Amino acid sequence: MTRAKPEPVQVIKHRRDAALKALTAGVPFIQYLGIQFDRRGDELTAILPFDPKLIGNPALPALHGGVTASFLEVAAIIELAWSTLWEGMEQGQIDPSEIGTSPLHLPKTIDFTVDYLRSGLPRDAYARARVNRSGRRYASVHVEAWQDNRSRLFAQGTGHFLMPGE
Amino acid sequence: MTDIDKIAHAFISALPHAAALGMQITSIGDGVVVMTMPWDARFVGDPATGVLHGGAVSSLLDTASGAAVMCHPAAPVSTATLDLRIDYFRPATPRQTITARAECYHVTRSVAFVRVTATDEDATRPVAAATGAFTLDRPRGLT
Repeated sequence: MTRAKPEPVQVIKHRRDAALKALTAGVPFIQYLGIQFDRRGDELTAILPFDPKLIGNPALPALHGGVTASFLEVAAIIELAWSTLWEGMEQGQIDPSEIGTSPLHLPKTIDFTVDYLRSGLPRDAYARARVNRSGRRYASVHVEAWQDNRSRLFAQGTGHFLMPGE
Repeated sequence: MTDIDKIAHAFISALPHAAALGMQITSIGDGVVVMTMPWDARFVGDPATGVLHGGAVSSLLDTASGAAVMCHPAAPVSTATLDLRIDYFRPATPRQTITARAECYHVTRSVAFVRVTATDEDATRPVAAATGAFTLDRPRGLT
């Protein structure tokens, strides 16, 4: 019995990175805030590089609460869309070359709650989201954000989302 | 410009992110603030439709809420968001200005509670609403 030759690693990486880019590159507000995504296998880390326009309180200075909320919400939506896309790609139901050729259908936020734990410092911020429940119509996602220390969160959030296509 | 206009203008320009998103105060006083944010192509969340990103709306709701705390008769010296829960009712109509009305409806010694609603040009159908808890730092000697 002969096995099919595995795909070269660079081909797989390129396909996955292109799929991730297709999710985020087309959204103007993600680009405006400067949010990037780091991918390790299927795990995503959202990165918000510091920029003076993100400041809310210049006296401290601290990141604007709305920036923190936006960052968490973006991290949650992209994680949710990505986890659905990943599964579809791995199971061969989604043709990666099709991604980005038609308008994106991202999950829609129903509600989002932000818990502000400490003030956001004028430094880069990071966030990782976890899909706690993903049904056909609704999903629940939790997201944590930190700056210098992974164990010292500066904010966390939970949101409910309406899945696209329903 | 009236005094209140000057104060409102100074308040917004002191907050770089609020100024960057083009927010403006329409009215402010006694724990109630009305604030606007114009539609801008850079703040779009869905390029297929031109609908603003929920995060941009969240920024407006948070800013209006913080301003409502600051103008409460308790006269706090500063505030920060503890918690904000946002409900999204419908997509904001593209190319329309968003208006948020925030009300600081209860304060304790150290916490302020706020509710806020956002509408586009159709004021009868809200786009989003939020409730939040904020820290309240009272002036020294008045606690």
